[in-house]
Amino acid sequence: MKRDISCPVKKVDHDDKSCGKATYTADLDIEGLLYGRLYRSPVASGTVQSVVIPELPESYYCITADDIPGENIVKIIKDDQPIFADKEVNYIGEPILMVVGPDRKVLGDIIDKIDLTIDEKPACLTLQDAILNREKQTLVSYKFGITRNTFDDFENKAAQVIEETFESGLQEQLYLEPQAMVATYDEAEGVTVRGSMQCPYYVKNAIESTMAETPDRVRIIQETTGGAFGGKEDFPSMMGSHVAVAAKVSGHPVLLTFDRSEDMLYTTKRHPAYIEYKTCLDKDGMIEAMAITIYLDGGANEGLSSVVLQRALINCIGVYRIANISVEGYVLKTNNVPNGAFRGFGAPQGIAGIESHFTHIARRLGIDPVDFKKRYLVTEGDPTATAGCFHEPVLMDTMLDDLLKDKGYYELKEKFKSFNSTSSRYKKGIGTSLFLHGCGFTGSGERDHIKAVALLEKSADDVVSIRIANVDMGQGLFTTMSKIVAEVLDVDYRRINFPFPDTKYAPNSGPTVASRTVMIVGRLLERAAKRLKDEWVSGKAQQVEEHYVHIDQIPWDEEKFTGDAYPAYSWGINMVEVSVDTVSGMVSLESIDGLFDIGKAIDETIIKGQIDGGVIQGIGYGYLENMKTIDGRILQKSISDYGPPGAMDTVEIKSRLYDNPYANGPFGAKGAGELTLIGGAPAVKEAIEDALDLDFYEIPVTPEKIIERLYAK
Amino acid sequence: MKNETGAMIEFKLNGRWVKSCGVPEARLLDILRDEFSLSGPKEGCGEGECGACSVFVNGRLVASCIVPLISVSGGEVMTIEGFSQTEHYRILEQCFDEAGAVQCGFCTPGMILASHALLCERPDPTDEQIREGLSGNLCRCTGYNMIVDAVRMAAQKGKGLW
Repeated sequence: MKRDISCPVKKVDHDDKSCGKATYTADLDIEGLLYGRLYRSPVASGTVQSVVIPELPESYYCITADDIPGENIVKIIKDDQPIFADKEVNYIGEPILMVVGPDRKVLGDIIDKIDLTIDEKPACLTLQDAILNREKQTLVSYKFGITRNTFDDFENKAAQVIEETFESGLQEQLYLEPQAMVATYDEAEGVTVRGSMQCPYYVKNAIESTMAETPDRVRIIQETTGGAFGGKEDFPSMMGSHVAVAAKVSGHPVLLTFDRSEDMLYTTKRHPAYIEYKTCLDKDGMIEAMAITIYLDGGANEGLSSVVLQRALINCIGVYRIANISVEGYVLKTNNVPNGAFRGFGAPQGIAGIESHFTHIARRLGIDPVDFKKRYLVTEGDPTATAGCFHEPVLMDTMLDDLLKDKGYYELKEKFKSFNSTSSRYKKGIGTSLFLHGCGFTGSGERDHIKAVALLEKSADDVVSIRIANVDMGQGLFTTMSKIVAEVLDVDYRRINFPFPDTKYAPNSGPTVASRTVMIVGRLLERAAKRLKDEWVSGKAQQVEEHYVHIDQIPWDEEKFTGDAYPAYSWGINMVEVSVDTVSGMVSLESIDGLFDIGKAIDETIIKGQIDGGVIQGIGYGYLENMKTIDGRILQKSISDYGPPGAMDTVEIKSRLYDNPYANGPFGAKGAGELTLIGGAPAVKEAIEDALDLDFYEIPVTPEKIIERLYAK
Repeated sequence: MKNETGAMIEFKLNGRWVKSCGVPEARLLDILRDEFSLSGPKEGCGEGECGACSVFVNGRLVASCIVPLISVSGGEVMTIEGFSQTEHYRILEQCFDEAGAVQCGFCTPGMILASHALLCERPDPTDEQIREGLSGNLCRCTGYNMIVDAVRMAAQKGKGLW
């Protein structure tokens, strides 16, 4: 009898990673390799008057904007990010030039001796300042739902109006392998860039522009990637440009990598958010209308911010059905390090905000937050926030009921209330978050921009190879994709060959982002495998290519910001118990439950890994991970400064999957990569609020914030 | 960094005596990676906080990024490359597989060495003790629980070995 595909298998790259054989970019043994080191702006805003380089020893080079064959722009979405800032600088740390040579210590000495004359300009350094100067600072904005005027009518008639804000800070991806890219240039072949990355074709696109080369002369190869979480989505395009130019100028391979502090100080992070809520309740305490304004700090250039804002807005009312919403969103420019992708991509901010707001309304009305939230849970057929539709079954009611029953939730709450009334130092609390995540690129991205293509190759000796551009960055893609193809071809998954994505051989199946890879690209491979099986001729080299087919239900309208933003949604519930020490403000995690509907697991152990890792990252975002800027400078530049969860901070996560097969996903699978992070912060925040019987309006809820509130009482 | 004085620093590396041309204050991590081409120990932070550079020096688990070459002179160094030849490794690696404890793999060599170190000290640890033993190793992918599971499994499977 055939085993279910969900049954776990040994990961194909387990052995090499365990014994240290797996080669990450900095491990590559490259002859004649030179190192690069960036010289960065010391000021947040200014005009460069002169840069004086000391005399360079032999075999050392200085790479500047003048060396760029193409345009001095990193091709991402908007043309506002220079490869090297040569006149205007917009943030502390912005690369101005790169020094290249064989000895890293000498590079440091050269950098120290560079003499920069720069006219400093006034800078906009905080999100609040940017909001006050919205007209000038807005990079991108969207509006949808009812107008503010229509909302005002609701406000005037409302029995009660609840107004409040929610704030979230920077979050650092802290992938354990620092960013690393290496380029070689050959007159005959062109440029080859290898590195730690999520999106080989994003890098290819950027380098073609940077080097003014034709597509056949730019080759991008992904190397083993030690974690990414979005931090290696667009950032590698800039680094790739740096090393490509340097390789051409020097005639040597050039590696650029950062030490931990450089990586923490100058690479893209999760957008800080400031959200305003105004909610109209009727005399029965039911929500009639809600106005939401989301502000994101984009940093000094737009990067991926427009899409991050889109996701934050699309998720602004989370899993709830609210008939009348008036929504506005803004990405604001500040002279801070540009922000970018981090697992969840705007959804963690939007959902932490609405969960916080709902919890506060519930507490104000004297209703248990779970009971309050239940009233507004969407079901199949309900409209989405953008007038799309939840076309598929929604299991959240069942999931929630199961969890409440299994936990003995109401009894537990009473028990904690009792405990807290007699315990003076330690307080216990429990918090619940309900959340979802749209799978696939936002809006019309899959249909209009990505148009994914996947390829299966069979050699003459019947070896099947997967040729896609999507990368394994720890989420087990080598294994899951092999399983999908193997299952269809009815062979052992270890017989499938999945080489590292190489743009010379792999078509553009799109970026490894947006929880799209298994659902969309996996589906293409499933279809390709079915065709290959039908057309199989043993002993003959064959190729099967599959193209993404978009199924429009309620088409996404980019202008109006309406329609189905995603083809499918994955769903989750987190319940977190904490104990808070009111003397130190320290929070201890006592218990964590996670329930998830991701359609179908391609591998249960890999999904468990995504759950465990994502939930802890989400919870860390809620109470532990603290990154702040002052005067345009990030303050946290070491792991201990920043405070990510360690082995002693975490507890076992009791998780459960609910099968809900999605017809257009491979074997029913939907996306899972980002979903698991989204519920952590709101759940732990609500638990702390429950323990202390206090409302908080921001995350992370650090010990300092707890002590401030306790002593202010 | 070449040692200008010409004096070589000798130590046992993964069971064999070697001589390094490095300067006394060179980071052991750089010597292992650059001079001896061992890429198992990795730089994750350069400050001894993340554990990706973990090696054994005279049987003790250390962060090689903050250990100077001179301090291993005459001593024994073992990296994941050496350790992966042992029976202890075989059991740990199997348990890491079964528990699903490897994702991006960057922390894995360090985690495996740390697991061995903690089992050497406590062959039958509680979960609390396992977590404490791993507290010097950062992982961003797994949330640690499956690594704790792996060590607990290894303690069971490897009864008598530690």
